[in-house]
Amino acid sequence: MSRQTVRSTDPKKVSSELFTLTYGSLVAQMLKDYESDEEVNKQLDRMGYNIGLRLIEDFLARTNVGRCYDFRDTAEKLQMAFKMYLGISPSITNWSPAGDEFSLILETNPLTEFVELPESHVNLKYSNIIPGVIRGALEMVQTEVVACFVHDQLKGDSTSELRVKFVRRLEDAIPAGED
Amino acid sequence: MADDALFEFLFMEMTSSIYCHDDVAERDASVTKLEQIGFSTGYRLVERLTKDWPRFKTELDVIKFICKEFWSAVYKKQIDNLRTNHHGVYVLHDNKFRFLTQMSNNKQYIEMAPKYLAFTCGLIRGTLANLGINSIVTVEVTAMPACKFQVQAAQNS
Repeated sequence: MSRQTVRSTDPKKVSSELFTLTYGSLVAQMLKDYESDEEVNKQLDRMGYNIGLRLIEDFLARTNVGRCYDFRDTAEKLQMAFKMYLGISPSITNWSPAGDEFSLILETNPLTEFVELPESHVNLKYSNIIPGVIRGALEMVQTEVVACFVHDQLKGDSTSELRVKFVRRLEDAIPAGED
Repeated sequence: MADDALFEFLFMEMTSSIYCHDDVAERDASVTKLEQIGFSTGYRLVERLTKDWPRFKTELDVIKFICKEFWSAVYKKQIDNLRTNHHGVYVLHDNKFRFLTQMSNNKQYIEMAPKYLAFTCGLIRGTLANLGINSIVTVEVTAMPACKFQVQAAQNS
């Protein structure tokens, strides 16, 4: 039997493709379910938020990082999280003078690996789950931020740029979860 | 390279946001949606998995591929037991299914189990469809984290 020469598939690669393809199928399904691209953006962000709330636990348990002492430190840890979960190292640039706002530049985006955005969905923010994850995860460490994509490779920009803005430090009270 | 944890979190969130508890009709519709997402994922994934493989000779070869390669790639283990009646019905036993191991190891939460399996049913069906086999895939859970997938291949007439 020629089947003796079994090609083993690289588990890390498969896992990454599985993730990308599942995400793609999910977005495709959501585009069918919701009427507007804006609504899909909103739902993706909400799902990301819910994932972030849990993902932070995994991150803290696996990396042993402590509290961030300032927002620059937070930015570096975000970069570390990107490396750990998506295998990419976005660069941190465009700090605002006050040091409360920065950009993550993504040269490649694993989520969009096999994706082309059709003309009819120009308003769709395909990777909108990522800003949601960041918002959710940082909220669990008492930092409220606003995150969104300002440039997107899928829309013809040369790189994807994710803007993160510090809003405020959450005090003792435990934030109520979104429904 | 996306991390495994990320896929699991995405899967959980996808299931809970799509699954609708309200009434029976909507529940069925949401299971269908999850199955559909699995189907299109499986359909594409298998193209990438099998690109260096020779053509499969028989239906059983395809099923064996699913039990070994496909299952190890997606679920990090092989299928524990495969049974068939040699007339297009295959039963795949997995004693420690990846998506259920974190939840329970007895009958607790058993009524929740089906929604976490719809995606996988679709995944198997999509994989088979791309390899030229139309099928119906159902699943049965008697005690978590073990489950049995039943694949019923349509007879080529």
